[in-house]
Amino acid sequence: MTTPRATHPSRDAILEILDTVMDPEVPVLSVCELGIVRDVDVDGNGAVTVTVTPTYSGCPAIRVIEEDIISALEASGIAVVRVRSVYAPAWTTDWIPDHARAKLKAYGIAPPGPSGGTDLVQLLRAPRTPQCPYCDSRDTEIRSEFGSTACKSICWCRACGQPFEEFKAI
Amino acid sequence: MTAPSVVPAPAPPPHDELELLLRIGDDRLVLGHRLSEWCGHAPILEEDIALANVALDLLGQATLFLRRAGELEGQGRDEDALAYFREAVEFRNCLLVELPNGDFGFTIARQFLFDAFAVVTLDAMARSTSPELSALSAKSLKEATYHLRHSVEWVLKLGDGTDESHRRVQRALDELWRFTPELFVADGVAARLAVQGIGPDLPALRPRWDTMVREVIARATLTLPHDASHTPHLKGGRAGMHTEHLGHMLAEMQIVARSHPGAKW
Repeated sequence: MTTPRATHPSRDAILEILDTVMDPEVPVLSVCELGIVRDVDVDGNGAVTVTVTPTYSGCPAIRVIEEDIISALEASGIAVVRVRSVYAPAWTTDWIPDHARAKLKAYGIAPPGPSGGTDLVQLLRAPRTPQCPYCDSRDTEIRSEFGSTACKSICWCRACGQPFEEFKAI
Repeated sequence: MTAPSVVPAPAPPPHDELELLLRIGDDRLVLGHRLSEWCGHAPILEEDIALANVALDLLGQATLFLRRAGELEGQGRDEDALAYFREAVEFRNCLLVELPNGDFGFTIARQFLFDAFAVVTLDAMARSTSPELSALSAKSLKEATYHLRHSVEWVLKLGDGTDESHRRVQRALDELWRFTPELFVADGVAARLAVQGIGPDLPALRPRWDTMVREVIARATLTLPHDASHTPHLKGGRAGMHTEHLGHMLAEMQIVARSHPGAKW
């Protein structure tokens, strides 16, 4: 383990910068809050490697996220930035911390419930009823598991008559 | 500069894991493309979005598996080179996924049969002794799980729906059933990989798939052909022998990349 020299940015300083890089599709959450950033490494020459875990295989935002990470760090004067993707362990919404879930709810997106792990699908399970982010009612239904982006379902609240999105638990 | 050699490069030695990655990747590339053909045509808006989302997931998975295939091959081909610059005989997808979409019932029935296959095989490959294959499978399994939930819901809705929806999805199952044995055929490649713990043990997974499929079919008030051995089993996709449909599909899928090599968009 090499200690970065004083001129090199610290790991914490880099994480602080990354916490200002917002997800392009859910702009209230940073890439750190989404759990995409898994690790930051600064080598002896001050070169920074950011390790990320992509969310959905087909998520078109991942390329934008990588570019945003590089330009945010470069704007802070960090020259050599590499973004590395790792796929194991697979990204899960369980990595989204509580304070970020509160931000999602305030933004009008129901936060994800606990992920079901990788157990085989319960084919005929009882339908879930996500909590309405507007009136907190559970008298809701999922209209479609597929919404405006890969990560969201379309829901409907019977209590307040408001359609809303839910961040899918995976 | 030296003159280009007229001697063709020697074919790389057969590589079982590369072959498996092409099979997994091509299944998803071809089915993802088929589903994308529904974009703007699905019966309701939510379903249009759903099919496009599933297509996007499948194309994303294809990207990951084919990229890994290109790395393993070591000939400098990336996922785009593999997707756009191979001929139909070089594709390793099963025949089921290349069939034209038919009506919505046919697309859903095919999707259900494939999603169940994907869940069963990805679940097994998540424990592969190959770390890369294990990582990509575990990730894809999460997506395959909600794909299956979606197709199961539709099979139940259509099968146990109106006379017309029942008739159409039943006809689709009757037509598709003979394409399902191919999914579980263990040729030399698959058998060797299963022994090494790299690939799935396909014949051993078949009962799990069977149970899942039969339970849903029964609940949907549908029936499976009584004795599948009476209908000819169609296979050959894993060896590059495809139906006439794949070539037509690839012509459309590949034309832009081939007309403008290196173009970015």
